[in-house]
Amino acid sequence: MAPRIMKQGTLTPWLYLLAALIIMLLFIVYPTIRTVALSLRDKTGAQSASVDCEPGEPCWGAFENYRYALTNPEMLQALRNNALWILLMVPGTVGAGLMFAVLTDRVRYERLAKTIIFLPMAISFVGAGVIWKFVYYLETGEGPQIGVLNAIITGLGGQPVAWLTNSNWIVNNVSLWIVGSWLWAGFCMTILSAALRAVPTEILEASRVDGANEWQVFWRIMFPLIMPTVTVVTTTMIINILKIFDIVFVMTNGLNGTEVIANRMFKFIVTNQGRSMAIAVLLITLTIPIMIYNVRRFRQQEEMR
Amino acid sequence: MSAEHLKRILGRIPLHVVIISMVVIWLVPTLGVFVTSFRSREAVRTSGWWTVLSKPPVPSQQEYATACASCHGADGKGVAAADLSDPEVVGEYTRTNRLLQMLRQEIDGQPHVDDPEWHDLIQDQSRTKEALEKLTAVSQHLGTLSGGGQAVDYGLTTANWVDALVGYKGTTTYQQDCATGVSESGKFKCDASDLLNPEGMARAFLNSLLVTVPATLLPILFAAFAAYAFAWLDFRGRTWMFALLVGLQIVPLQMTLVPIAKLYSRLGLESSFFGIWLFHTGFGLPYAIYLLRNFLGGLPQDLFESIYLDGANHWTAFWRLALPLSVPAIASLGIFQFLWVWNDLLVAIILLPGNPVLTYQITNLIDPRGGNWHLLTAAAFLSMAIPMLVFLVFQRYFVRGLLAGAVKG
Repeated sequence: MAPRIMKQGTLTPWLYLLAALIIMLLFIVYPTIRTVALSLRDKTGAQSASVDCEPGEPCWGAFENYRYALTNPEMLQALRNNALWILLMVPGTVGAGLMFAVLTDRVRYERLAKTIIFLPMAISFVGAGVIWKFVYYLETGEGPQIGVLNAIITGLGGQPVAWLTNSNWIVNNVSLWIVGSWLWAGFCMTILSAALRAVPTEILEASRVDGANEWQVFWRIMFPLIMPTVTVVTTTMIINILKIFDIVFVMTNGLNGTEVIANRMFKFIVTNQGRSMAIAVLLITLTIPIMIYNVRRFRQQEEMR
Repeated sequence: MSAEHLKRILGRIPLHVVIISMVVIWLVPTLGVFVTSFRSREAVRTSGWWTVLSKPPVPSQQEYATACASCHGADGKGVAAADLSDPEVVGEYTRTNRLLQMLRQEIDGQPHVDDPEWHDLIQDQSRTKEALEKLTAVSQHLGTLSGGGQAVDYGLTTANWVDALVGYKGTTTYQQDCATGVSESGKFKCDASDLLNPEGMARAFLNSLLVTVPATLLPILFAAFAAYAFAWLDFRGRTWMFALLVGLQIVPLQMTLVPIAKLYSRLGLESSFFGIWLFHTGFGLPYAIYLLRNFLGGLPQDLFESIYLDGANHWTAFWRLALPLSVPAIASLGIFQFLWVWNDLLVAIILLPGNPVLTYQITNLIDPRGGNWHLLTAAAFLSMAIPMLVFLVFQRYFVRGLLAGAVKG
C-alpha cells in the first residue's frame, strides 16, 4: 500500500513508532500482565492467594480470588446485574436510538432534536448521576417532594416511591438503566442515523411504488441493510456496559441489589488487591469475545479496501 | 387548503408529539439541575424547581396587605400599642394557631379583622385548616417585618455558584459569612485566594484543565507519528501489530490501574500530573492511532508520490503534507480525548487523589440525605459547562470521530 518510490531505511518506521509503542507497552501491556499475576496473590500482593483459604472451607488454591469472584453472593449479584443491563438495557437503548433516528429524519427541526438527545454524551457520568439523583429524589421528612418524579406521583394523588433504595431491587436497577439510556441513546441514534442516510433512496422508492407501506419498508428493506451497523453499535454498547462503573458508584454505590462488576473491583482496590485484580481479569475475559470479533471485522474491512 | 393536504398535516401530528415529548423528557432533568443551581438552600428545600416561574408558594406580602395593613400599616407600625415590627410582640404568635385564636377575639367590641372575606374565614370553625394555611403567610410576613423570621428568599441567586467555587459548606452563604465577618473558623480569607481552596470547585476546575490539556495533546502527537508509519511506511509486522491495536482499544481501564499506581508509588509519581498525563496518553493511543491511520491511509497516494519525487524525505512529508491534511481527523480525535479525560472519574480517584478534579470533587459533595442540592447542582453545572460548550461548537467533528469507529476503553 505504501508507495515504493521513497527509499526508506529499515530503521525509519521504528523511529516513528517508538514513542507510541513504548508508552503502550508500559501502560497497557505490562499492567495487564501484572494484573493477571496479582490476581493470584493475597490482599497486598506479598503472598500466594492460597493463604486466604480457611480450613474446612472450599479452597481453589492459588485461584482462591477467583473462587471469590465466581461464587461469592455479592459477585453473583454483580454478574447477574451486568447480564441484565446487557440483555434488557442495551436493546432498549439501541431501539430508542434507532426509533429516534428514523423519526427525526422526517421533520424539519431534525438537527435541534438530535442535538438535544445527543447532548448527554458530552457530560460526565458523575454529572449525569447528580442530574438523575435529583429527578429520583425522595423526601422522607416533612417537606414537599422536590424530585420531579415523586412530585408528579404525589401530585396525582399517589404515594412517593423510593426509586433508588427500593426494597424491590428491580426498581432500583430499572432506575439506573433509564439513566444509562438517557446517556447513550444519542450515541446509538447518531451512528444509526448515518447508516440510514447511506441506504439508497431508489430502493426505498421502488418498494413504495410496489405498494409496501412504511412499516414494511423499514423492516424488510432498511433494517436488513443497516444490520451491520446495528451490530457494531450493540457490541460497543455491550463493552460500555461491562465496564459500567461511575453511574452506579455515584447513584447507589451498588446498594439495594444494584451491584455491578466494576464497582466490586473498585471496592476492593485498596482493601484486597488480589480479589480486585481477579475481578478485573474476569472483566477482561468477558470482553475478549468482542475483541476478537472487532479484529475479525477489521480484517474483513481491510480486505475490501 | 385541500382536504388532502389537511389530512397529511393531521396525520403527522403523532410524529411530532412523539419527537417533542422525547426531547422534553431528555431536557427536563438537566433543566431542573440548572434552575436549582440558582435557588437558595431554603427555596430548594421547600419547593420544587418547577415552581420558580410561578408566584412564590406563599405570597406572604399580599396576604398581610389584605388582612392587616389597613390598621397596622405596610410597615407594621400603624398601631402603636401593637407594633408588629417589634420582635417581642411578634414572637408570641409564631405558631399560627395562636395567631388564629387572637384574631378570633374582638378588639374594643369590633372584629379584629376588617376585610369581610378574611373575617368570615377566621370565624368559620369548619374552615380552620384553610385559615391556618393563609395565616402561615401572614406569620411569615410578620417574621420579615420584625426581622426575626426566617423568610424564604425565592428569588434567583448566584450565591450557590460562589459557594461551590470556593468550597463553602457552611449554613448560610460564603458572601454572607464574609459580610458579617463570620468566616468559617478562619478557613476563608474572603479575598481572591479563596478560589484556590483545595475543597473548592475553582481549584478542581484548574486541576481538570491541568490534567486534560496535556492529556489531550500528547496522545495526538505520538499517535500522529505512529499513524504515519502504519499508513505510509513498510515494516515487518505492520498488519498484525495494527490488528492488535484494534483489540487493545477495548481493554478495560480496570485492568491497568493498580499496577500503574504501584509503579508510580515506587517512582514517587503519586498524585502527580505528569503521571496521569502519561496514563491517559497510553490509554488514548490505540484509538488515536487507529483513527489517524485510517484517515491518513485514505489520502490519495499521488500526493505522497509527488512530494517524494520533489525530493522530500519522510520527515518533510509528515510535517508538510500528512499533518496539515489530517486537521479534521485531529480535531475529531482531540474532542474525543478531551471529553474522555475531562469526564473521567476512576483514573483521577486512583492516580490523582491529592489534586481532586471536578468529577472527584462532586462525589465529595454528594450528601446522602440530600441536604445540599443547591450546592451540588451548581457544582455539577460548573463541571458540565466546558464539555457542553466544546460539544456544541465542534459537534460536527465529534460525530465524525464517532463514525470512524469509536470503541474506546
